[in-house]
Amino acid sequence: MSIEGKDLKFPAYVWQAPVRIWHWTMALAMIVLWGTGYFIGAPFPSVPGEASENYLMGYIRFAHFAAGYVFAVAFLFRIYWAIVGNKHAREIFLVPFFMLQPSWWRGFFRVVSHYLFIRPKNDWHLGHNHLAMAAMFGMYVLGTVFMIVTGFALYGEGTLKGSWANNVFTSWVMPMLGDSQNVHTWHHLCAWYLFWFTIVHLYFVIREDITSGLTVVSSMISGWRDVKNG
Amino acid sequence: MTETFYDVLRRQGVTRRSFMKFCSLTAASLGLGPTLAPQIAHALETKPRTPVLWLHGLECTCCTESFIRSAHPLAKDVILSMISLDYDDTIMAAAGHQAEEALEEVMKKYKGNYILAVEGNPPLGNDGTFCIPGGKPFVEKLKHVAKDAKAVIAWGSCASWGCVQAAKPNPTNAVPIDKVITDKPIIKVPGCPPIAEVMSAVVTYVVAFDRIPELDRQGRPKMFYSQRIHDKCYRRPHFDAGQFVEKFDDDGARAGYCLYKVGCKGPTTYNACSTTRWNEGVSFPIASGHGCIGCSEDGFWDKGSFYERLTTIPAFGIEANADKVGLAAAGVVGAAVVAHAAVTAIKNASEQRKPTKEEK
Repeated sequence: MSIEGKDLKFPAYVWQAPVRIWHWTMALAMIVLWGTGYFIGAPFPSVPGEASENYLMGYIRFAHFAAGYVFAVAFLFRIYWAIVGNKHAREIFLVPFFMLQPSWWRGFFRVVSHYLFIRPKNDWHLGHNHLAMAAMFGMYVLGTVFMIVTGFALYGEGTLKGSWANNVFTSWVMPMLGDSQNVHTWHHLCAWYLFWFTIVHLYFVIREDITSGLTVVSSMISGWRDVKNG
Repeated sequence: MTETFYDVLRRQGVTRRSFMKFCSLTAASLGLGPTLAPQIAHALETKPRTPVLWLHGLECTCCTESFIRSAHPLAKDVILSMISLDYDDTIMAAAGHQAEEALEEVMKKYKGNYILAVEGNPPLGNDGTFCIPGGKPFVEKLKHVAKDAKAVIAWGSCASWGCVQAAKPNPTNAVPIDKVITDKPIIKVPGCPPIAEVMSAVVTYVVAFDRIPELDRQGRPKMFYSQRIHDKCYRRPHFDAGQFVEKFDDDGARAGYCLYKVGCKGPTTYNACSTTRWNEGVSFPIASGHGCIGCSEDGFWDKGSFYERLTTIPAFGIEANADKVGLAAAGVVGAAVVAHAAVTAIKNASEQRKPTKEEK
C-alpha cells in the first residue's frame, strides 16, 4: 500500500500561464453560457411595454452567442497550446493513446481503488491523475466539442444559409441528428452533462487539495504544484 | 404530336394575358426574378406537356385538399390541367378499371418522361396489406409506377418523413417513400399539409424547366425550406423583446405576444408559412394565436406535447424533458459527491486517531 510519486520533484511548474488563462476564461464563459442558455430555453416572465422598447431576449441571446464564441476560440487556442505547451498541457487530449499502454491502466486502477476507499492514500502526480485525465477527455473534451459543433449549428440556423456557421456546421449537423428540435434537445442535454462534470470536478479538486498533501486548487492560479507544509 | 401546356390552357379558354400573369407570378413565388418569367412562358409554350401521375397511399388527402385551394385561381387551372387529365384517383373523372387503364397507358406512352407525385406512404407490414388501392398493395403500385418515372415528388410529411402513420409505435410499418424508391431523384415537399402555393410552384418548376429545383441535404427545395417559421415570423419582435404568451387566455395572448412559451415550434421548423401564409395569404397558425406544431419536420408527432418547448424524452417510463433529466441527474451526482465526501471525512478522522506506519 505504498504511495507512488513520492520521488517526483516538488515544487514543479505544471500549468503554464496560457493554460491558466484559458482555464478561467473558459470557466467564466461556461457560467455565462449555462445561465443565458437556461433562460433561452425557459425565458423570464414577459416584460411590459412596447416590443420596440425592449430587447431582453435579444440581449440574453447575444450574451449566449458572444460567450459561445469565446468558449470556442478558447478551446481552439487550448488545442494549439496542447501542441506547443509543456507535457501537462497535452494530457487531457492524449488519453486515448495513453489507454493503449497497460501501465497506464495500472495507475488508473490505483486511483480508482483510492476513491473506492480501498487504498487510503492517493498516488502523487505532477499533472492530472489517471482518472482525472480520463474524465477530462471523456466528459470535458468530448462534451465541449459536441457543444461547439451543435451550438454553432443552432447559431447557423439564425444566421441563415450562406453564413459561415451554416455552411460549416448547420448543413451537416441537422441531417445527422435528424432535425432542428433534436439538435436543440441534444445541445440542452450536453449542457447538463458538462454541469454534472463540473460538480464532480469541483468536488475532486477540493478533496485532493485537502487529502493528497499536494497543492491542487492554488496550482491553477500560480501554476506551481508543491507539497503542502513541507 | 403531343400538345404543350400553352395549347391546353388556350383550349380551356385562358387568355394570353392571364397566361403571362401566371408566368410572372410563378417566377416571383419561386424567387427567380422578373427576367425568368419569359423563360417560363417560353418553356410552357414550346415543350410537350409532361404528365404528372399522382398516387395516393396511406394518407388523409389533406395534401390534395390544400393543393386545390392554391391561391391564384389560374395557378389552380394550370396545375389541374397539367395533372388531372392523366391520373389522380381522388379528383379524376374516371374510376375503377378505367382509371387503372389510364395509368398504364400514360406510363407506356410517356415511359421515362412523366413525373410521379406521391401523397401518403406505403406501409410495409403484413406484406403491405394495410393499404390496398386497386386490389394491390400500395407499395407494389408505387414501385411499379416509380420504375419509369423521370422524377418523384413526395407530397407532404407522410411521403417525406412518415408522419402520423409512422409515429411510434408505427403498427403498419409505414415508411417514407425514399425507403422504397431509391434510384430516382425525390423532391420532398413536407408539411401536413404542404402550402398550396409551394406545391403548385414546385410542380410548375419541374415541368417548365424540365429539372428538379435545388434541394437541401434532406431533399427539400431550398427556395421554400431554407428558413424557419421563426426567422420571418411577424411576432418575432415580441420574442426578441422578451414578451411571451404564458397562457392562452392571458393579456399576452390578447396582445399578440410570442407563443414560444406555449410550445410554438417556429424556431425549429423549416417552412414558408410565415412568408406565404395560407388561404390566399389570409393567415397562418401563429397569426391565429396558436403556436406552430412543426408539421413539416421529421417525426413531429414523437417529439412530445405541441404545447411544450422542450422535447419529451421517454425515460424510466415517466414524461421528462432535458431540464428534468438534467436536474435529476445533477441531484444524483450532487448526492454522490456529498456521500463520498462524508465517507472521506470519516475515514480521515479514523486514520488520524491510529497513526499508521505505512508511510516511510
